Amino acid sequence: MVLSGWFIALLSVAYLGLLFAVARFGDARADAGKSIISANVYALSLAVYCTSWTFYGSVGRATSGGLSFLTIYLGPTLMLLFVGVIIKMIRISKAQRITSIADFIASRYGKSQLLAGMVTIIAVIGVVPYIALQLKAMAASVDVLLEHSGRSGVWLGLDSTFLIAVILALFSILFGTRHLDATERHEGMVAAVAFESVVKLIAFMAVGLFVTYGMFGGLGDLFQRAAATADLGRLLQLDSSRAGTWTALIVLSGLAIVFLPRQFQIVVVENVDESHVKRAVWLFPLYLLLINIFVLPLALGGLLHFDGQGMNSDTFVLTLPLARGAESLALLAFIGGLSAATGMVIVETIALSTMVCNDLVMPWLLRSAWLQARHHQDLSGVLIGIRRVAIALIVLLGYIYFRAAGEAYALVGIGLISFAAVAQFAPAMFGGMYWKQGTRAGAVAGLSAGFVVWLYTLLLPSFAKSGWISSGFVEQGLFGIPWLKAQVLFGLGGMDEISHCLWWSMLANIGCYILVSLSSRPDAVEASQAERFVDVFRFDRRSAEARLWRGKASLGALVRLLERFLGAGRAQQQLALYARSRGVGDWHQLPVDAEFVHFAEAELAGAIGSASARVMVASVAEEEDLGLDEVLDILDEATQVRAYSRELETKQQALEAATSELREANERLREVDRMKDDFISTVTHELRTPLTSIRALSEMLHEDPRIDLTNRRRFLGIIVNETERLTRLINQILDMAKLESGQAEWTTGDVDIGAIARETMGSLEQLFCEKGVALEGDIPPTGPVVLADSDRLTQVLINLLSNAVKFVPAQTGRVHVRVGVDGNMVRVEVSDNGPGLTAEECDLIFEKFRQGGNTLTDKPQGTGLGLPISRQIIEYFGGKLWVESHPGEGANFIFTVPLPASEE
Amino acid sequence: MKRASPTRQRLAALGLLGVPLLTYPLLSLPGGSLWGIPAGYLYLFGVWAGLIGLAAWVAERRSK
Repeated sequence: MVLSGWFIALLSVAYLGLLFAVARFGDARADAGKSIISANVYALSLAVYCTSWTFYGSVGRATSGGLSFLTIYLGPTLMLLFVGVIIKMIRISKAQRITSIADFIASRYGKSQLLAGMVTIIAVIGVVPYIALQLKAMAASVDVLLEHSGRSGVWLGLDSTFLIAVILALFSILFGTRHLDATERHEGMVAAVAFESVVKLIAFMAVGLFVTYGMFGGLGDLFQRAAATADLGRLLQLDSSRAGTWTALIVLSGLAIVFLPRQFQIVVVENVDESHVKRAVWLFPLYLLLINIFVLPLALGGLLHFDGQGMNSDTFVLTLPLARGAESLALLAFIGGLSAATGMVIVETIALSTMVCNDLVMPWLLRSAWLQARHHQDLSGVLIGIRRVAIALIVLLGYIYFRAAGEAYALVGIGLISFAAVAQFAPAMFGGMYWKQGTRAGAVAGLSAGFVVWLYTLLLPSFAKSGWISSGFVEQGLFGIPWLKAQVLFGLGGMDEISHCLWWSMLANIGCYILVSLSSRPDAVEASQAERFVDVFRFDRRSAEARLWRGKASLGALVRLLERFLGAGRAQQQLALYARSRGVGDWHQLPVDAEFVHFAEAELAGAIGSASARVMVASVAEEEDLGLDEVLDILDEATQVRAYSRELETKQQALEAATSELREANERLREVDRMKDDFISTVTHELRTPLTSIRALSEMLHEDPRIDLTNRRRFLGIIVNETERLTRLINQILDMAKLESGQAEWTTGDVDIGAIARETMGSLEQLFCEKGVALEGDIPPTGPVVLADSDRLTQVLINLLSNAVKFVPAQTGRVHVRVGVDGNMVRVEVSDNGPGLTAEECDLIFEKFRQGGNTLTDKPQGTGLGLPISRQIIEYFGGKLWVESHPGEGANFIFTVPLPASEE
Repeated sequence: MKRASPTRQRLAALGLLGVPLLTYPLLSLPGGSLWGIPAGYLYLFGVWAGLIGLAAWVAERRSK
């Protein structure tokens, strides 16, 4: 009741309108510079791969081939994992402004119009069956729905398939060619495709769940009931006798995921960001997995439910829900199928129409008198017109194929014919990306050989099968020659027709490509394009590009050309952008050099394809023919320059490192130099003080003979003291210098530190008594023995004790010596009850010529070298010397000397 | 020349691993059924899901 023809038509139009709105939204956002194409949208848009074939056909395939339908989805999963190949394709296409797969191949082999045309023809002929498949599936689905409500699909004498074809064509035209600028990107379309991908996945999963869990008792129940019947049980097992077909289908589908014109369009041309590929590499396969989980259960469910009723297994997705009266679910499934078919037809026809326009019509148009006569007219409108007509014609061809051969095959069978056709692009594509020696002649030879074999072994037999042409060449062989039988070529039997075609066509294709490439010589343009493609990741564009074009051109002529094909508005916009990138304010002042010509050609290539763009630019610019040898020289030179500059870069880095090392060393030297200067000036100062007083007193004695004896004795006493101080100072400076330069002499032996401490205290007792200072010892009777120089250790102790006695107050002063063992170190402490030191002074007193007390007001009491020398000595023995003190609390000088290891 | 990124190489290795796993003769190994579901069906979807999971892990991992 619900399913009247009008209702279905209205629902379909409403859904298509929704898709249109999504596309409008996507375009509006793109124009506003806020692209909605994220990594997820990109990954989902790849699911345009899932057409009616997947939605209806897989189930049909599974009813006869079991799990073999999966190969079509495993191939793309594996192919996408080779991300490097995809990214290289994208990089090349961006650099060369590639608009289609025909453009890619033509551009690689010297921007050849011949090759572009060939690829276009192969693609159109090859893909027509695929479009027919969509029409057939749509027609079948409409018929199922109408039959259910008891109506016929004929309206005004036209069959429903034709109506569907017309609607799809109109919709594609509206969709892909709304913009007047004829550039390669369609963000709105990508958004709509991503949207419809979600719709068809939801629809298919819904039907799958309904059938598996609603009509049957789940996966296990379905499989068990199927296994009980002999016919169905066969479908559950993998059939190893078809191993060859399995592998062939994986190869075919792996190639199709990038080489089908619509896949190339979505994967490569519409890609906005290389990093999106990383998401697609798993998200798209995940999508494929989800949409395939219920295919086999649906097939089994259909076979079990309609046992022996002869239902078309390609429409189980619709007939199963209808059989249970679930009409709304059937409608959802219908929308899913519509979604799958429209998505495919839109993208495929847009991709093909671009190819037809740029690579078939333009070359012809550019030579025609019609175009010559309209020399100054804006042609961007003409371009759009050509594309619209092309879309209509391609859909019409699909309809004709459907009428001619559509009935003889199931859906998947038709699709595989197209897969085998686009697989013919593989040798020229891969060879072009990775093999510089591949030439145009080789590509032409390989493509034509492969195409002819495909035509003879696959396409023509499909016509023959439906009785449209005589089937003599299939059954008896061409001219009755048995080894020319179309599907048992040269007697090679025992394979299915797809594997048979793939084997022979690839042999012919690859063989001819390699053989002819090796025996032909590329021309100059080919050689330079080969370099740009194969070395896209390292091609130094600016340096080589400028030298690969030499000639004369006028700005006016080139700008007119751009305006003609891009439309005036867009041309001005691009020129302004380009001028800004070169730092020129007004594009009228742009220099007409190689770079500008390259820019103009690239812009044109985006609109009319690289081959036509080259012809157009050549028509207004006088280009000098560089010749192959010169081009190769330039390319080699570019490679060498690149190598040199890299070498230079590493040298420069090494140089910078060396420079900074030198700078550091220089800093250190200057620091040492400054220290030396300081040292000398301090030493000079220290020496001058006693010298000055000696000289002053000597002069007084010398000039005034009347000085009395008491004063004379006093003066002489001071002179003697000062001389001693001078001697001590000089001795210590010499000692210090020896220690620092490592020239000091050491006599190392076993030393009893306790004994040394007692001896030293004994020798200094007199000094302490004179000042009335108490000296106490806390020393074990047989002290720890260390490996050291006893004279030097005595020197350190004398220094510490004499320092202490200097600073403690007379009569009340106390100095305490303690010797002990702390871990594996001997610890010696000399503590006093003197004025103490501030934290800052604790560090400073170990610097040379720093004296304790206030040196400005008090008479210096030492040389300022004792502690630095002591520290050097202790450190030489592997110990440490430091002081612990607080102002007013006395000072505690501590040194440690390691015990010999054997005594631990 | 810029070196191929490790992520790309890992993904390609995964692809090379997938080829033998998803073609004959390995495909002729699973036979019979498990929990009423044919082993071939489980094997294909299992290996496929495994490949997708690994690819997701490699591709989405933050490169150090």
